[in-house]
Amino acid sequence: MTVRRVMGIETEYGISVPGDPTANPMLLSGYVVNAYASSRGSRAARASWDYEDEMPLRDARGFEVARHLADSGQLTDEEDPTLANVVLTNGARLYVDHAHPEYSSPEVTSPRAALCWDRAGEQIMLESVRRLSSMPGTAGVNLYKNNTDGKGASYGTHENYLMRRETPFSDITRHLIPFFVARQVMCGAGRVGIGQDSTEAGFQIAQRSDFFEVEVGLETTLKRPIINTRDEPHAVAALYRRLHVIIGDANQCDVAGLLKMGTTSLVLAMIEDKFIDEDLGVRKPVATLHKVSHDPGLQHLLEMRDGRTMTAVQLLWIYFEKAERYLQSRSPGAIDEDTAEVMSLWSSVLTKLERDPMECVREIDWVAKLSLLQGYRDRDGLQWSDHRLKAIDIQWSDIRPEKGLFHRLAQRGRIDSLTGDAEVKAAITNPPEDTRAYFRGRCLEKYSAEIAAASWDSVIFDVPGQAALQRVPMLEPLRGTRQGVGDLIDRSPDASTLLRELAAANG
Amino acid sequence: MPSQEQSRPQRRDDTPDEAPEPEAATAEATARKDALDDDIDSVLDEIDGVLEANAEEFVRGFVQKGGQ
Repeated sequence: MTVRRVMGIETEYGISVPGDPTANPMLLSGYVVNAYASSRGSRAARASWDYEDEMPLRDARGFEVARHLADSGQLTDEEDPTLANVVLTNGARLYVDHAHPEYSSPEVTSPRAALCWDRAGEQIMLESVRRLSSMPGTAGVNLYKNNTDGKGASYGTHENYLMRRETPFSDITRHLIPFFVARQVMCGAGRVGIGQDSTEAGFQIAQRSDFFEVEVGLETTLKRPIINTRDEPHAVAALYRRLHVIIGDANQCDVAGLLKMGTTSLVLAMIEDKFIDEDLGVRKPVATLHKVSHDPGLQHLLEMRDGRTMTAVQLLWIYFEKAERYLQSRSPGAIDEDTAEVMSLWSSVLTKLERDPMECVREIDWVAKLSLLQGYRDRDGLQWSDHRLKAIDIQWSDIRPEKGLFHRLAQRGRIDSLTGDAEVKAAITNPPEDTRAYFRGRCLEKYSAEIAAASWDSVIFDVPGQAALQRVPMLEPLRGTRQGVGDLIDRSPDASTLLRELAAANG
Repeated sequence: MPSQEQSRPQRRDDTPDEAPEPEAATAEATARKDALDDDIDSVLDEIDGVLEANAEEFVRGFVQKGGQ
């Protein structure tokens, strides 16, 4: 078994106009999306989103929330013409989600690829920022890869993982809640301020943790749950579920990002194969989640349901050791590179965290941020309530390489990088080759004039001379790859040829 | 592979308390730390140059609407 599976990262960016906190963020987010879309030629902006298979009110526990009972923020499938929404040639979706520009990566099959296409999203947002700031007479727009304003608002960085439908959802919640309570010590992004609106001064490990209030639920914008039950498989529903993970922070450190995706994927594999045979349940998981985040010394003791007590790092060691046994039992001597890399980094990061968390200053966002903040505290004698420390926390995530403090540290060689500039640059325009994102992206690149709409699981063509729209369903995430359709697209000069060839191939 | 299973906990228990590092390594670590301290000063100098001039106003102006 392996870390490899169909996965993706959905990143909502913080947005602000310098000197104008009252600027309308919905409108600004629309400008951001349109600035990029128009830079790619007006054709790219034409392809809109096909909402037919969106089901934000479908619950993984087996029921559907009545539309009139839902909070309006949960209704993500109604098209508002004022909101921009485009599908890109790299297979990603760029759109306005609530009051933030969001980049949803194309489906990829490895944690490394997830990082690469998420980084491509940063470059796409940066391109928009550059374009908007060069427009005469405007103050421009700044974007932040973070998850809270420190004043009570939070916005998400979601992960999605394709899973086998047959896995009981109760198994997922049981084994994943304790993992998520502890996982933040490896991949939290760090935050100045304790409590949703930072009522208490101090530093904590994760941006998002204080915003989680229940264990399991459907909501994503209020009463946020550790396990989100939104059940939109965007695939054959009888075979797959797409686990929508809303608890993570936006990562800038590659190692932390890789571990976030890779270790979660491994834990899911063990859950699917019923390999976890002991109760790792944590008492009061929501309160414990907060306490772990509030303890950068990593000494807080979790109370397990079976009476044991242990630190978050010790609990992660248990998951690690299970994963190692699992890999040895399922694929002895045949562990792929992606999995070996995740296991090796997982072990070295836990070892360092256990010895002295500050040893992870090159690898984990919260540690790198804390180290910089501590430098200021030591030099200038600053209290945690000082505005300069809060400013550093925010500016840390500015996506502009000349202003973003993370980027400044990375440029000085103080952060370990796993993604290369060339591969990220390629991922801005090119789709992954091993999922249906390839078909989507190539179609957008080659036939955009003849595409009426697209979504995760369909492309809708509007072919000249044909009365009806032609919808190509893509309910199998691993079909539509380069191997499967690359030649066919290469030799089809227009959409009608492509559709004819597809029909012949499937007939 | 049960033998490998057995060896696992050793790595976890391999803390500095139980296995003190040789003195040479400690001296080297101190030297490295001094070099790092110098570098941290220059990092802070660099960050001073790009940090928003009016921190209080910048922080107050960063107001977001909630998202997902």
